[in-house]
Amino acid sequence: MKKIMTGNEAIARGAYEAGCKVAAAYPGTPSTEILENIATYKEIYSQWSVNEKVALEVAGGAAIAGARALCAMKHVGLNVAADPLFTLAYTGTNGGLVVVTADDPGLHSSQNEQDNRYYALHAKVPMLEPSDSQECLDYIKYAFQLSEEYDIPVLFRVTTRVCHSKSLVSLGPPQDVGIKEYKKDVKKYCMIPGFAKFRHPVLEEKLKKLQELSNQSPLNQIIWGDKRVGIITSGISYQHAREVMGDNASYLKIGMSFPLPEKLIREFAQSVESLYVIEENDPYIETFVKSLGISCIGKDAFPICGELNPEIVQKVLAPEKPRKSYNVDVEVPARPPVLCAGCPHRGVFYALSKYKDAAITGDIGCYSLGILPPLNATDTLICMGAGISAGIGFEKAFMQGEKGTKVFGVIGDSTFFHSGITSLIDAVYNRSKLAIVILDNRTTAMTGHQENPGTGKTLDCDAAPVIDIKEIVKAVGVKLDNIRVIDPYDLVQTQEAVKDAYEAEEPFVIIAKRPCALLKEVQRQRANQKCTINQEKCTKCKLCLRLGCPAISFKDGVMTIDEAACNGCTLCMQVCRFAAIERKCK
Amino acid sequence: MTRSLILAGVGGQGTILASNILAEGLISLGYDVKMSEIHGMAQRGGSVNTQIRFGEKVYSPMIASGEADLLLAFEKIEAVRYLHYLKPGGILIVNDYEIYSTTVLTGQEKYPEEVLDKLKESIENHFVIDAAKIASSLGNIRAQNMVLLGAAVKRLGIMDANWQDIIKAYLPEKLHELNIKAFREGIKQV
Repeated sequence: MKKIMTGNEAIARGAYEAGCKVAAAYPGTPSTEILENIATYKEIYSQWSVNEKVALEVAGGAAIAGARALCAMKHVGLNVAADPLFTLAYTGTNGGLVVVTADDPGLHSSQNEQDNRYYALHAKVPMLEPSDSQECLDYIKYAFQLSEEYDIPVLFRVTTRVCHSKSLVSLGPPQDVGIKEYKKDVKKYCMIPGFAKFRHPVLEEKLKKLQELSNQSPLNQIIWGDKRVGIITSGISYQHAREVMGDNASYLKIGMSFPLPEKLIREFAQSVESLYVIEENDPYIETFVKSLGISCIGKDAFPICGELNPEIVQKVLAPEKPRKSYNVDVEVPARPPVLCAGCPHRGVFYALSKYKDAAITGDIGCYSLGILPPLNATDTLICMGAGISAGIGFEKAFMQGEKGTKVFGVIGDSTFFHSGITSLIDAVYNRSKLAIVILDNRTTAMTGHQENPGTGKTLDCDAAPVIDIKEIVKAVGVKLDNIRVIDPYDLVQTQEAVKDAYEAEEPFVIIAKRPCALLKEVQRQRANQKCTINQEKCTKCKLCLRLGCPAISFKDGVMTIDEAACNGCTLCMQVCRFAAIERKCK
Repeated sequence: MTRSLILAGVGGQGTILASNILAEGLISLGYDVKMSEIHGMAQRGGSVNTQIRFGEKVYSPMIASGEADLLLAFEKIEAVRYLHYLKPGGILIVNDYEIYSTTVLTGQEKYPEEVLDKLKESIENHFVIDAAKIASSLGNIRAQNMVLLGAAVKRLGIMDANWQDIIKAYLPEKLHELNIKAFREGIKQV
């Protein structure tokens, strides 16, 4: 049976067919749908973990205990999970362990464009790179076998275009491999220095065997065409190259990209006239090819920055075919993503934006949109958790410079669980005067509404204990007087809390609690709540536009609210000085 | 011969649903199909595009400039934004609908004038549809994506698929009638 699937759906299907028994992840674009789809296979125990490190430890533990286990994350997630990865390479895995890293060339939804292929080289674990959905399914099955056969975690590297592109996939029957027997073996699984030093040479031996395997693996294959042009490529870049060149080139398609197939590369290079390496982002394959003393054209012709596409490949390999299209004389306005109409973060950012003298360290989530005009209410965005910890650094630096600049740290609920708690402890322990705003919208919104420890539900939507953010903040040592739980739809309450935080000389925490406006139950509840403009009272002062709400516009000299988008949050009503905005219940 | 389509709109307009239905229909007609979309930040009112390629054997899921046989634009300026993908002689179907971006709402940029006139002037093969009005008159503006889908299916000459069943498979039962009506209205428009 053939089905059209995204790469992420196919990875989940592959895990199911391979008899995977345990899966864990933290959501992150473009990897999120892997676990969401795995959760639909009831044979697999699956969970959202609080962060990628925890997820990999859960999966690694499950694999050592004998289960086939999978862990998925976006590229920056592997930075968080790097610690267990490097040592799991030493211990080996017993049951198969597959670690999916979803890289984001082109930064569609990420803070950087890091190339995680280097992690395979660095952590010394084999790596597979599929180029379409069928390969996602097939390679996952191969990855589990490989992991068990060589007793080593396998890094499974995909990119946004593989994760989110759809193509046809042939489905197979699931294989029940059961759970392998677990035998206590402290010399293998307890990496104290005395044992670990004996595991390192074991790992090096495995890599030598894997190097041999790479030369013979069906995942690394030569597709002969015109031998005047030879292309070494992997992942989605193969599809672009094949699209452009068809049979007018020969291809060494690399599916197992660590260890790279040295013999095969030499053989291929000798058989073609000019050799190209086509890969996205860093010259990972190219550097290896050149280290063999083989010259090739790579990053001197193809860009390191951004995504590749057939057009870029064509410009290099077949520049004689210029492309024509249309052009009209219209200045196209930008359309950046925005905080949604009714977004509960808006009230907080509006209140913060009034403190032009304060510094605001931001974090990863929808609230990163508070950076943009008209709110302009963020100074930094680095990584998960830095909303709090970078704020501590700001505050300490200002203190060293004898400047009293107030610092606010902003972080979301899921991000707080991910890596904000340790930062908060750091703030309290080190007597920081940081004012922290936890934007608790009761979900992991940016990645599409995943459950988290605060929502009371698991990945499967089963009931779970609710981890109360206020209780954590209290337990960590923030004084009760310095904690405010507010409704960000209530602008007066929000502004008062921000003012108190601004004036505080101790760690201060505002928990802005209000569910995401896009949650289905919120949309249902608020379906009939709208705001409307009383045109007789409206002076067109445009103050309401400063909220940056996409439902409010000034069109043809008239201020209007798009009722289809409005959810009646009433923030605009609260900022209007002329009582020109009214509540309207349909 | 691989054919390429691009659907462009604004997050929330239903471009991805329309693309999924289109891809499913093409598969049922026996084509190899690849489809590429980007979601994530784009959902938050940003510009969204889906690329579909179909033929006997498709490699890349991505379209190059000047390659698209059809550009289906759900919003006027999105038609202009993705126009460079349309090949000479390709078909443009554009929704006569404006959605202001925040940069326009806050006065940093202007929403351009005479967009449709300029598009009509330079693209021979154009179809302008007031899909929002048609969908509203059928009962819900949100069905505008099905109006546009119907028009695209007609112009692509792929009417043979069982579109009605595919639409039903992608939507809850209470929306079947409205969306199928909208789809049929779209067919009539071109």
